[in-house]
Amino acid sequence: MKNDVLIIGAGVTGSLLARELAKYDLNVVVIEKENDVGNVTSSANSAIVHSGYDPKPGSLKALLNHRGCLKYPKLCDELDVSFSNCGTLTLVDDESQWPQFKALLERSKENGVPVEVLNAEQVRKLEPNVADNVLGGFLAKEAGIVNPFELVVHAMENAVDNGVKLHLNEEVISIKDNGDYFEVKTNQAIYETKVVINAAGLYSDKVASMEEDIDWHIIPRKGEYILLDRLSTPLVSRPIFPLPSEKGKGILVAPTTAGNVFMGPSSEPQEDKDDYSTDGATLANVRSNAFRLVKNIPTRETIRVFAGVRATPSTHDFVIGPSKKNDKFINVAGIESPGLASSPAIAEYVIDNFVSKVLELKEKKDFNPRVRKHIKMKLLSKEERNRLIKENPDFGKVVCNCETVSLGEIKDELSRSVPPHSIKGVKRRTRAGFGRCQGGYCLGIVSMTLANHYHIDETEVDYDGLGTNLIIDEIKKVKHD
Amino acid sequence: MIKKDLVVVGGGAGGLSAAISAYKNGIKDILILEREDHLGGILHQCIHNGFGLTKFKEELTGPEYAFRHIKEVEELGIEYKLDTQVLNISKDKVVTYSNPKDGLVDVEAKAIVVATGSYERTPGAIMLPGDRVTGITTAGTAQKICNITGYITGKRVVILGSGDIGLIMARRLTLEGAKVVCVAEIMPYSNGLQRNIVQCLNDYNIPLYLSTTVSNVIGKKRVEKVVLSKVDENLRIIPNTEMEIDCDCLVLSVGLIPQTTLFEKLKVNYGNNRGAKVDENLMTEVPGVFTCGNALHIHDLVDFVSEEGDIAGKGAADYLNNKIHESRKITFSNGEGVSYVVPNFVNADSDAKVNVKFRVRKPHKTAKLYIKSGDEVILSRPLLGPVPSVMFNIPLTMDKIRNANNIEVSVIDE
Repeated sequence: MKNDVLIIGAGVTGSLLARELAKYDLNVVVIEKENDVGNVTSSANSAIVHSGYDPKPGSLKALLNHRGCLKYPKLCDELDVSFSNCGTLTLVDDESQWPQFKALLERSKENGVPVEVLNAEQVRKLEPNVADNVLGGFLAKEAGIVNPFELVVHAMENAVDNGVKLHLNEEVISIKDNGDYFEVKTNQAIYETKVVINAAGLYSDKVASMEEDIDWHIIPRKGEYILLDRLSTPLVSRPIFPLPSEKGKGILVAPTTAGNVFMGPSSEPQEDKDDYSTDGATLANVRSNAFRLVKNIPTRETIRVFAGVRATPSTHDFVIGPSKKNDKFINVAGIESPGLASSPAIAEYVIDNFVSKVLELKEKKDFNPRVRKHIKMKLLSKEERNRLIKENPDFGKVVCNCETVSLGEIKDELSRSVPPHSIKGVKRRTRAGFGRCQGGYCLGIVSMTLANHYHIDETEVDYDGLGTNLIIDEIKKVKHD
Repeated sequence: MIKKDLVVVGGGAGGLSAAISAYKNGIKDILILEREDHLGGILHQCIHNGFGLTKFKEELTGPEYAFRHIKEVEELGIEYKLDTQVLNISKDKVVTYSNPKDGLVDVEAKAIVVATGSYERTPGAIMLPGDRVTGITTAGTAQKICNITGYITGKRVVILGSGDIGLIMARRLTLEGAKVVCVAEIMPYSNGLQRNIVQCLNDYNIPLYLSTTVSNVIGKKRVEKVVLSKVDENLRIIPNTEMEIDCDCLVLSVGLIPQTTLFEKLKVNYGNNRGAKVDENLMTEVPGVFTCGNALHIHDLVDFVSEEGDIAGKGAADYLNNKIHESRKITFSNGEGVSYVVPNFVNADSDAKVNVKFRVRKPHKTAKLYIKSGDEVILSRPLLGPVPSVMFNIPLTMDKIRNANNIEVSVIDE
């Protein structure tokens, strides 16, 4: 049987597309080379829903960012995703920046994105910890922050719950265009599909090249971050940006939906698409840039450093549309910032403009836009918690001390249609291991829970991708070479 | 609401001693809350010997040391709950805990001892550079995986940091068949006890590289190599001193941090030891709330954790028996050469003996300890070869300090 649509890549773009396509009477398959959805660029970014004031007017970024941003409140409500409509603050800290600031205001007007100009005093009233040299700025009220892990997982969960099929650990090897259908060969199987959507992120140029010669490519661009613990007194209440530059939106200081604060990202193009290393010099630079915007940053509370790699398109705009050869092969590539904010609008745009041209779309009557509520004990009332513990005592067993996560929550995630397969998968879904001890306490219990659930030995429990088991053998069996 | 005279949070060395001590000082209505499924805390994974030399005058393993205390708690009939995580302590001393059996429960306590131990500094906290690969773990986690779960995390191991757990694990992993290539320490001296360097490294020919740190971690999925570099006196990496070492595991022993999460809502102040500030009874700034052990400051020997538990337990009993009278506070602070001091203040009218605990910032061949009130020297004594890995515990009598306002503890090179 042929599939109607095969989506390559289960990042935020692929997952929201899958969820959007699940609304129609279609046979949709998603293949993903990683062992989890949202495992690459979608899980290491600034997690900001930009309002869309700064993309170049007329670009796809400008068209889709603001649209995407406005879709977030409803989307996050349906998918039970942590989202805060806290706005973003863009600051001027040097007199020489005023002309650029004014140009940016003009651009926001052209893009139809409202911003509120603030003087230094108004800025300090909103954010008392901005640096002393800050002269003013503007607030983009429609912007916000989101939990990107939940967004991708819950979107795919909702898609799968509505009939989409997800295949993890499958990497595309070749694509054969037979005119009215494609043969997509992976390391596991061959799929026949009427439509291919290439949402392969960093590798979208490679996948596109399997269909036709392309005149664009992806430039991997690394961003290194420093994550601080949850602070007892908030440092900032919304993301704080410098003025954007050619290199991107600059190094910012921002809260996460869980109450942590991060500094970053750096922005360096690199050859290697899979290089997530961090280095001291870059992070020192991240720190000093962050101090230009915000004072009193408690760097002693650093709990993690990490890097994400953006899929920057050589065209500097999203690459969205069919191949020249066959309009049933649709590229959705180069989704760098503001990709996360744009992604809900991208999904709709791709379906309205391209998928609908090549497939008949009939709405499903029984599409359920909601996921079953993901349980977060920490946020529930005492009565609700006790009701859950009575039903299932695992909810009373607190596994992660730092983030207050119970065994019940982990087992609930394992019971869902897009369950975690790794310690990191559990961490992203539940926050177990996200706190100050970074899994020092809960790692053992999480590892054991995964082993029991999948009926595997603890030596087979991966920390992250396939083959990343932390435990290598039983004691008494080890012999070094 | 359930009411208790004393709630002890944590059933490790500090918590057990505090409960026993409170009991012996007349408090019978005690509840110990422990998150694990057994009492004894971290001692269970410390299967090496060397515990109890001070307290019992004999050498015990961690589990043996724990067992003596657990047995006493059982014999005294002190109530405890296992699998129980304390989620919150409110200003009016309501302790909220969660466990599978009781659910979420509030306990109104008249006094509380927070003995929650510590957690390990992580790769993230030291901003470990390099590839994001598996095979990197903290020493305590490696110890738990090895001694409790029965697994091992690598065959060729590099250890970063010469804290005691790292040294112990160098020996432990060697005994389990792994090759421990070396221990690298960023400081020009070790942060572990001398006896551990001898018994865990020297006896197994494991080299210790001082003034050396990890400047890169290389690997695709698992650690394949770590790059070690020398550091200068400002702990900055010296270029062109790289040494590449093939390994499949990097173990970090780069320090412990007091676990103080439960003080968050109490708005207490913290000392340079990162524990809550306390007085001579180990009572925090919240009357009736005490703390001890590694939750207060990091100890080198469990015997001193127990001793602190004794003080906190007696303090809690005295508090409940209205024997503690708050009075003018004499503040204690760390001066030159000293990284922190416990306690942070002492009641001027106290009749308790005061144990001043501190650590030196760096090793000295010979040095002199000064405890001063302004310019007046209250106590001075030579210290023979003090090192940061050893905690000092100096008893002071009240009559010597009663009239002071601020007391400073310093250690000066001689």
